[in-house]
Amino acid sequence: MQSVSSYVLSATGIDKIFPGARALNGVDFSLARGEVHALLGENGAGKSTLIKCLTGAYRRDGGRILLDGVDVDPHNTLEAQKLGIGTVYQEVNLLANLTVAENLFLGRQPRRFGLVDARAMNKQARALLSEYDLDIDVTAELSAFSVAVQQVIAIARAVDLSGKVLILDEPTASLDTHEVAMLFRIVRRLKERGLGIIFITHFLEQVYEISDRITVLRNGQLVGTRETAALPRRELIAMMLGRELVQEVGEAKHSETKAPGEARFRFRSFGRKGHIQPFDLDVASGEVVGIAGLLGSGRTETAEILFGAERADSGTAQADGRTLDLSSPRAAIREKFGFCPEDRKVDGIVGDLSVRENIVLALQARRGWARPISRSEQDRLADHYIKALDIRTSDREKPIRLLSGGNQQKAILARWLATNPEFLILDEPTRGIDVGAHAEIIRLIETLCENGMSLIVISSELEELVAYSSRVLVLRDRAHVAELTGEEVTTNAIIEAIASAHEGRPA
Amino acid sequence: MTGTLKAYAVRLFPQVAALAIILFMVSLAFPGFFKLSFQNDRLYGSLIDILNRGAPVALLAIGMTVVIATKGIDLSVGAVMAICGAVAAASITAGHSLAFTLAVTISTGILCGLWNGVLVAVLDIQPIIATLVLMVAGRGIAQLITEGAILTFNHPGLIFIGSGSLFGLPMPVIIWLGFGLIVALLVRRTALGMLIEAVGVNRRASRLSGVSTGVLLIAAYMLSGLCAALAGIIAAADIRGADANNAGLWLELDAILAVVVGGTSLLGGRFSIAASLLGAMIIQSINTGILLSGFPPEFNLIIKAAIIVLILVIQSPRAQSAFIWLSRARATEPTKGQEAK
Ligand SMILES: Nc1ncnc2c1ncn2[C@@H]1O[C@H](COP(=O)(O)OP(=O)(O)OP(=O)(O)O)[C@@H](O)[C@H]1O
Ligand SMILES: [Mg+2]
Repeated sequence: MQSVSSYVLSATGIDKIFPGARALNGVDFSLARGEVHALLGENGAGKSTLIKCLTGAYRRDGGRILLDGVDVDPHNTLEAQKLGIGTVYQEVNLLANLTVAENLFLGRQPRRFGLVDARAMNKQARALLSEYDLDIDVTAELSAFSVAVQQVIAIARAVDLSGKVLILDEPTASLDTHEVAMLFRIVRRLKERGLGIIFITHFLEQVYEISDRITVLRNGQLVGTRETAALPRRELIAMMLGRELVQEVGEAKHSETKAPGEARFRFRSFGRKGHIQPFDLDVASGEVVGIAGLLGSGRTETAEILFGAERADSGTAQADGRTLDLSSPRAAIREKFGFCPEDRKVDGIVGDLSVRENIVLALQARRGWARPISRSEQDRLADHYIKALDIRTSDREKPIRLLSGGNQQKAILARWLATNPEFLILDEPTRGIDVGAHAEIIRLIETLCENGMSLIVISSELEELVAYSSRVLVLRDRAHVAELTGEEVTTNAIIEAIASAHEGRPA
Repeated sequence: MTGTLKAYAVRLFPQVAALAIILFMVSLAFPGFFKLSFQNDRLYGSLIDILNRGAPVALLAIGMTVVIATKGIDLSVGAVMAICGAVAAASITAGHSLAFTLAVTISTGILCGLWNGVLVAVLDIQPIIATLVLMVAGRGIAQLITEGAILTFNHPGLIFIGSGSLFGLPMPVIIWLGFGLIVALLVRRTALGMLIEAVGVNRRASRLSGVSTGVLLIAAYMLSGLCAALAGIIAAADIRGADANNAGLWLELDAILAVVVGGTSLLGGRFSIAASLLGAMIIQSINTGILLSGFPPEFNLIIKAAIIVLILVIQSPRAQSAFIWLSRARATEPTKGQEAK
């Protein structure tokens, strides 16, 4: 047992009660100096709630928090920052209409003669981001950048702010391998400087790569804290789920390629200027096509024009020889398309509406306002998907914004499954979803495909892509540059395709 | 069914309670307040007076609620009332039939709403700015129609709308009650209500889910224009003339206030037409109450403001969470032991 003073942060008996849900029940948590401490658990286990209690973003209902052996009680994130606790919350909470530099230095802008010294601020901002290999216009509005870039900016800000403790709540969810490596380099450096780092993630490889100790929560209760090195993966999963998991997704081998049937959906020189270069794409009924590429390579852009969120300005789209109208999401949905977007907070959830309403929204929109889905049918649909996808919520009438991140993600997926799509596009579908649910969702998707649904999956998780795609498209610089089929679909091949595509680019 | 009924009761409780308290206080200052009498086939009394006087704001509040639910706001309704009053007066004095006059007036209101809706939904102009255009220009347009004078008329049919009665109630009351009921049924019996709320909470996500956000937005402003037209007709019929300068003056603010007092957030989303109508009646009760209790008129606005601030404070999220916190602290204190480790 270490003496109390060797802990930079130690919390005992933390309680948090929400109306209708007890999110934390007497949780103990301690963080040593110079350690990376992984905080794990299923979706809705209470991880985000615990760190919000630590930073004062939520008022805790009980328990003590000691920082360097002294009782502290931050009332909000700002106070926590002053105490030396920097945090990146699960949902990026920067200000979309301020510039990148302003976001980085909000509340602590360099001043000159009492005025904000914009030049100095922008210079410092560029220097700060260069550590992350991020060379962007720091005077542009934050909203101009992708979630991933925003995530890196949020991390850079938090790292810069944290004197003693750095908290990262699923920071890597939208990052690709390259950026994760970069983040870990920075984390290791901070660790050497003696910071305590709390790291929440659902990627177990990352846990084993970087963490020293692991704390597992389940249903708001502490399951245990263990040394990472002494905790085998299977046992860890059992601690998280409270049961053994038959097979993890990453373990699955590339599914034996079903001979892809006749192409059902045909896209020819489909593209949009300044968005994605024209590409050809054939998808058979029941086929899963993966899309890989680095951030900004045009993955999301591809999804957006396939779904009509951005209108294609060249090319044709056909299904069974019939020309499709993909001029707007509404039109695409009428063609039985579905699109589960990457940024769930901005493009996905309708926060104040209930879980039920969020699940039936797309189906209702397709039927039109004059043909309401009866309340009993809505209840049935919602209950069905809450059960099928294991959405953890106290009841179906809870506003969706009160659900944990992973459970929101599941509800958005349910919204699309409820429309019975024939062509479904999933942009980072399993982002933030725990190992148990992950396996369930993949299985569900596989069943749907067996029943004839065509699927496009965009993912930074290459193992996942390999596990279920029969083909993988590789994108670079907003163009489709390679296509891997059958035996070629392996993690290494994808990485190579991305990399070799990159060699061609002037440095 | 009882579940939804209970939900309604919970939702409307603050407004009903506020209204009851205000009416009670007025009745203390003015004893004959609750007295109703029946003469010439029509009910009379202060309560009826409140229902009647509150008609324009109640009508405006119906449309305003839906617009605010989409995360918008309609500042032009007062001016649209003036335009529509002018159109009605001009048409009836030009010798057109009542049916034609009503049709033209209502179409004018809807057209004004269409203009606002297009600015907001198609050109993506912020609602407060988009509707400000018509708010400023509207009175000018009304003056053009009335040619600068107060255009009076004495067409009995049109006057009946302002001061006639039906089923023992003044016509304006019948109109706002009936119209409120129609709109409330329309949005809640169809999926419109949910779709409007979805657009108000997250327009992007709604569009990506296939909701026709543009059409809904435009329809919301058109409804607001329609409501303003009805309110404008009533206001003009009441004074038997169209006053381009004063008809509906500042009523957009009362309508917004009615919606807010009704508990619909200016940030869009969840809305209740019934609650906004109660809000309109709360505002009218304050107006009438102050008048009846004989306060010197210079106090009127101050007292009104104070009461409204009080209602808003009680409704504010901070106060609500304080209530929850207090009640929970009381509930959990005895049971919670020290969970020593
Ligand atoms: N503000 C809130 N009001 C009511 N319930 C809440 C609130 N915030 C969280 N909860 C509930 O508390 C539980 C724990 O949520 P939390 O966000 O901490 O989960 P998590 O472990 O971070 O999950 P995930 O991996 O999905 O992010 C969930 O069941 C959630 O619905
Ligand atoms: Mg979380």
